[in-house]
Amino acid sequence: MISQFFILSSKGDPLIYKDFRGDSGGRDVAELFYRKLTGLPGDESPVVMVTSGGEHHDDRHFIHIRHSGLYLVATTSENISPFSLLELLSRLATLLGDYCGSLSEGTISRNVALVYELLDEVLDYGYVQTTSMEMLRNFIQTEAVVSKPFSLFDLSSVGLFGAETQQSKVAPSSAASRPVLASRSDQSQKNEVFLDVVERLSVLIASNGSLLKVDVQGEIRLKSFLPSGSEMRIGLTEEFCVGKSELRGYGPGIRVDEVSFHSSVLLEEFESHRILRLQPPQGELTVMRYQLSDDLPSPLPFRLFPSVQWDRGSGRLQVYLKLRCDLPPKSQALNVRLHLPLPRGVVSLSQELSGPEQKAELGEGALRWDLPRVQGGSQLSGLFQMDVPGLPGPPGQGPSTSAPLGLGPASLSFELPRHTCSGLQVRFLRLAFRPCGNANPHKWVRHLSHSDAYVIRI
Amino acid sequence: MPYLGSEDVVKELKKALSNPHIQADRLRYRNVIQRVIRMPKLDQWGQAEVLNFLLRYQPRSEEELFDILNLLDGFLKSSSPGVVMGATKLFLILANKFPHVQTDVLVQVKGPLLAACSSESRELCFAALCHVRQILHSLPGHFSSHYKKFFCSYSEPHYIKLQKVEVLCELVNDENVQQVLEELRGYCTDVSADFAQAAIFAIGGIARTYTDQCVQILTELLGLRQEHITTVVVQTFRDLVWLCPQCTEAVCQALPGCEENIQDSEGKQALIWLLGVHGERIPNAPYVLEDFVENVKSETFPAVKMELLTALLRLFLSRPAECQDMLGRLLHYCIEEEKDMAVRDRGLFYYRLLLAGIDEVKRVLCSPKSDPSLGLLEDQAERPVNSWASDFNTLAPVYGKARWATISKYQGAERRGPELPNTASFATSGPLIPEESKETGQELPDSGALTLVPNCQLTAEYFEKTWFSLKVAHQQVFPWRGAVHPDTLQMALQVVNMQTIAMSRAGAHPWKAYLSAQDDTGCLFLTELLLEPENSEMQISVKQNEPRTETLNSFISVLETVLGTIGDIKS
Repeated sequence: MISQFFILSSKGDPLIYKDFRGDSGGRDVAELFYRKLTGLPGDESPVVMVTSGGEHHDDRHFIHIRHSGLYLVATTSENISPFSLLELLSRLATLLGDYCGSLSEGTISRNVALVYELLDEVLDYGYVQTTSMEMLRNFIQTEAVVSKPFSLFDLSSVGLFGAETQQSKVAPSSAASRPVLASRSDQSQKNEVFLDVVERLSVLIASNGSLLKVDVQGEIRLKSFLPSGSEMRIGLTEEFCVGKSELRGYGPGIRVDEVSFHSSVLLEEFESHRILRLQPPQGELTVMRYQLSDDLPSPLPFRLFPSVQWDRGSGRLQVYLKLRCDLPPKSQALNVRLHLPLPRGVVSLSQELSGPEQKAELGEGALRWDLPRVQGGSQLSGLFQMDVPGLPGPPGQGPSTSAPLGLGPASLSFELPRHTCSGLQVRFLRLAFRPCGNANPHKWVRHLSHSDAYVIRI
Repeated sequence: MPYLGSEDVVKELKKALSNPHIQADRLRYRNVIQRVIRMPKLDQWGQAEVLNFLLRYQPRSEEELFDILNLLDGFLKSSSPGVVMGATKLFLILANKFPHVQTDVLVQVKGPLLAACSSESRELCFAALCHVRQILHSLPGHFSSHYKKFFCSYSEPHYIKLQKVEVLCELVNDENVQQVLEELRGYCTDVSADFAQAAIFAIGGIARTYTDQCVQILTELLGLRQEHITTVVVQTFRDLVWLCPQCTEAVCQALPGCEENIQDSEGKQALIWLLGVHGERIPNAPYVLEDFVENVKSETFPAVKMELLTALLRLFLSRPAECQDMLGRLLHYCIEEEKDMAVRDRGLFYYRLLLAGIDEVKRVLCSPKSDPSLGLLEDQAERPVNSWASDFNTLAPVYGKARWATISKYQGAERRGPELPNTASFATSGPLIPEESKETGQELPDSGALTLVPNCQLTAEYFEKTWFSLKVAHQQVFPWRGAVHPDTLQMALQVVNMQTIAMSRAGAHPWKAYLSAQDDTGCLFLTELLLEPENSEMQISVKQNEPRTETLNSFISVLETVLGTIGDIKS
């Protein structure tokens, strides 16, 4: 049960404010929240905060999430489940995104009426009524105001549904950022389905190159613009096995540790043919989530071979980094960035990089090496020389190969389009939907991996 | 529930779930639960709500309990974390007498919790981490094999990193200690000073069990000669030496040279304390302290000066020749020139103590140098699952224990008077025990029968007459400290429908109060509270007009709860 809900911009301006119960102070609550948030000491958690109201004795808990730069905040005076509330807030974020196209300060302020209407329907007196698209579409009358008319040929802007990539050639990028319920008159562009297989990779590699931790969090996300109730079938790789013991096919198989499905997914054909059947509501939906740790079927996308030369006498630190990309030759990694914390007091940097499009710079006590594009199978290197005056270390003069304290660990961030680390692929996406007079529905299936934390100790 | 409620069935069923009459009939209740669970219209919010309703139900028999648990098993596998956690809480509370069932449930929920811990939503991840810590308090080994999931990545926000470090510190065991320490060591040189310090404190915490490895890492960190690291390491050493005396030698060897890199008050105090207490093992201790004495005029923190006085006097006892001169100078400065009264008084005190003779000084200052038992006590703070089951899936773990205590205390005091709503609802609501008072409810002997009637108005004369006509049915003493605040007590008693007939003034000796209460069957309870000034006990005498032992016991436990709560607030 929540008392109030509001949305603040990243600068703290209230965009939306709704009081459901009238049991607590007025609009200044939003301001109070922002003041508290910005005044937090470093070690306190900003997810939940308490305020002790003055004259009304109304103690309120603020619970908020940050979503695309906005703060979505709920206040409550009860000791409720944090999980449900956080889920509700993210569901609201998704819903607003579905209705307004995308969630940003601009779209929210253009669609204030729509947002209030939506909130009215979703929550009543602070209790959740429904968050399902099918239910809501019967009640929402306002149409979303879109900033510019959608054009299929507008390929300029970047930013795919799902994750940010530079793959602007694959799909019309703004297609995914339009309202799910397009205006009623405009029927032509309704039939589109986006299916994303997104994996997040966390890896920890020890200084001797051995693998300490591999963790893959995968999701199959669906954004459907089809009328709800239209059935679709998603075929996954047949060798897909769940759990350590299951065996399928003759090859190594695609193995994941745990799988959970959205409640609307029917699993009759999953056991036999790895087919998910569902009737998705319009809008965004996470069809399946899976996790995989420790056993990765394919080699890791990147290997780093560092060598450190450190001359204590002159205070000269030389770091040679060799980065090998172990992807198949046809794949590539985008937006690769290596982040290497350096010992305090580094003053100068000289660099020799293996390619012209690469860039390296110092900032915030760390070295940043940007590689916009790395082809599979290629090897890149960078030689960095730094002066570190007054860095203490083990006794002994002359160059040593041991790394000084404060150097490393290196972390990589990257995107791997058309690649999943677990090997899971979507074989097909079939729609049982028969368009009445319209063109065939467009189906976009994408695979993408990106790094969550890819850490290599030096 | 407007949309759901367009189907009246749902509405009806939800009402039925919390209806005592239906709850009393086992088959009917089971039927309702089953129908609710099968409801296809119930989305995740509805499910979470139903699980919340079910918390109010207390199964009549073991068989029924397991029946319900079996029915609800599917919720533990839901894809929504809110539903999973709600179900977990329900299981933990329903199975509060079956520890193995509780452990099973916690094993089942491990997967979803870990998934939430690595979820993309930072906030969800944070809430999950807080709950992981909660579970670890009772089952320390529960997540040990998954320690890698709690390694931090540099892009995570600060508050998540801090939680993860705490979790790592708690799940460490013989198998993973090497890896965990290596990981924590990497954090100590983090760009963020706060995070680095948290990591060092975490290593200090692990050092209580794995002393040698940790002391070695901490000593290496001193080699970095960075202020924010050195000060925290020295503080960690101080705490460690107190708890684990076996590492004193290693610490004493590491200390020389640190003084150059400590500027803040806490770090200086820790260093000076170490030099004072273990000065006889550190060759250059007098010279380091001498530096501090030289610069005492420019020292800004009074606490450091006080620590310096004590430390120097202690060192003087073990190494008099090297310290005598500077001790004199320091005492002179503190007594003659110091402006801070506390420091001056401390100086005067030590001066007079020295006048009383060296034996007297030794007697006062040579206290034990370590107390290993303290560490053992802290380690064994394993709490049973039942102590936090009712807090599971609420905001309490997310705030953390300490902050939650202040929040709820404040709310209790401000909003509802003393913290009594639990006992009140317990006394009035009979078998329907609400979730918060579950704990209290369990401990009491079959308390269902007692319901005190509000507004039982007795005149003083009638009370007096009845009081003298009855015999004392029960007499006991209750531990009590200090005086009584009559207003607080009266208000608290009113909440549980006990009426105050007469009461002494605050501070009167002896202090007396007469209370009356009546239950729904018309049975009267007359009570005398007597507080003798010299005893730290409250004497309770209860008289009853119908001799019924069960209700009497229930009445006394309610009274005890009230008195206990008032006592807690006061002390």
